[in-house]
Amino acid sequence: MDAQRIARIAGQVGVFVAFFVLWEALVRITGMKPVILPPPSLIFVTMVKQWPYLIQHTWPTALAIIGGFLVAAVSGFTLAVAITYSRWINELVYPFLIVSQVLPKIALAPLFLIWFGFGLMPKLVIAALIAFFPVVVNTARGLNSVEPELVQYMRSLGASWTDIFFKISLPWAMPYIFASFKISITLAVVGVVVGEFVASDTGLGYVIEYANISLETPVMFAGILVLSLLGVLFFLAILLLEAMIMSWHAEIAETPETM
Amino acid sequence: MARTVPHISLKDLTLRYRSKRADVLAVDRVSLELPPRSFTGVIGPSGCGKTTLLKVVTGVLRPTSGEVLIDGAPLATRNLAGMFGYVFQRPLLLPWRTALENVALAAEVARKDLSRSERLREARRWLEVVNLSGFENKLPHQLSGGMQQRVSLSRALVLQPPTLMMDEPFAALDEITREALQDELLRLWGVLETTVLFVTHSISEAVLLSERVVVMTPRPGRIADVVEVPFPYPRQGSLRGSPEFALLVQDIRRRLREYDSAQLVA
Repeated sequence: MDAQRIARIAGQVGVFVAFFVLWEALVRITGMKPVILPPPSLIFVTMVKQWPYLIQHTWPTALAIIGGFLVAAVSGFTLAVAITYSRWINELVYPFLIVSQVLPKIALAPLFLIWFGFGLMPKLVIAALIAFFPVVVNTARGLNSVEPELVQYMRSLGASWTDIFFKISLPWAMPYIFASFKISITLAVVGVVVGEFVASDTGLGYVIEYANISLETPVMFAGILVLSLLGVLFFLAILLLEAMIMSWHAEIAETPETM
Repeated sequence: MARTVPHISLKDLTLRYRSKRADVLAVDRVSLELPPRSFTGVIGPSGCGKTTLLKVVTGVLRPTSGEVLIDGAPLATRNLAGMFGYVFQRPLLLPWRTALENVALAAEVARKDLSRSERLREARRWLEVVNLSGFENKLPHQLSGGMQQRVSLSRALVLQPPTLMMDEPFAALDEITREALQDELLRLWGVLETTVLFVTHSISEAVLLSERVVVMTPRPGRIADVVEVPFPYPRQGSLRGSPEFALLVQDIRRRLREYDSAQLVA
């Protein structure tokens, strides 16, 4: 690691530190009540004190995020393949897809409470619904961006559809697919939290909601903080997966153009 | 390399693109013989239907009328697998595959009877033929444009096709690299026993490489002239400097201009 990179990372950490120091100072100088805005120090103490409680509620949230994301990724990918390679499926489904995207899915949360009751199901469904669309759109765009000449060349060699799909189109679409995964995983977090606000007695969304009602603002912030960390963790997991599957791509991005 | 190289005949090929807005006659009554192991250059300005012609010959596009015969049999009745090797203006390599894996790709698709190690051995051999030994494990973006085009050439050759279709393969390269690859192709053709149809818009390139040069005019794409190139093989790159060479290039250039101005008048 060179000095430039260390300096950059130090600077980035510095911005976070500065943010929290400013926050702490602001609360102390103005004498704001913790119920309105607790200082970071109090949030940290609360987090340590409430750690087992927070962790206990982290698992259901994490599980719903993973579940919702996986459902969105698999079904989104499948639909993208279908609309890319079948014109009539494309024409049939596309208007519905657009309308379903315009519909604010969060508004459906209370409905899912009626349908699925409390627990994992309603929040997983909301997360999957929100996270689904970017996967479809990006994957379809990726599959459509394949060099037509390359496909024509493969056909001239007598390549089958599966040959072309797995050797050309799929790897070609990978950068698009991972871009959509990064969007989708953060959307899945939002979906799960909304689900937990409305229809759950477990999970970090529930923790935040409950602390809000009982005016335990520091607990609320602790919950938000854990939730953010969880979101960052999932995002990093996608980045890691991307780096593993597409090492060639990262290499291109880092190598200055020599031609 | 014992294999039969077919005789390809183009009989009165016409291809008309019809769309709602336009009706374009891309190829107009083109007849041409491609004897086994011949080297034919096709030259003409952009938009004269050179690439379209190439696509018709290889069965990618169906002609509006006329036909392509391979050893006397219509193209449509023939199994074309392995018949044609292609090199395009752009190398069209897969960025996530190494040079070696890119060459092996053609074999993966068209020679499923070979094992993975056999395919890689073949790929390595053909990279060696185009002087790329030592670059097997480089990714395309780590190679220069000329090297990428060599990879593309060896990907075409790995299947040992009896005919090689080259569509302005050196057009995007700098002059020094282009000349090096032209010399290389001359050397290879002497060894390969392959029919080559070479499309280009460089007159000197066509003259240097080809046994005969087919001169085409644009809109509609028509054969205006077939010029026999008298220089014996094996040709060397030094031919470029000879006065006879310059004269022939000049002659073809003059003809192209004539057709061009005739077009403008019409």
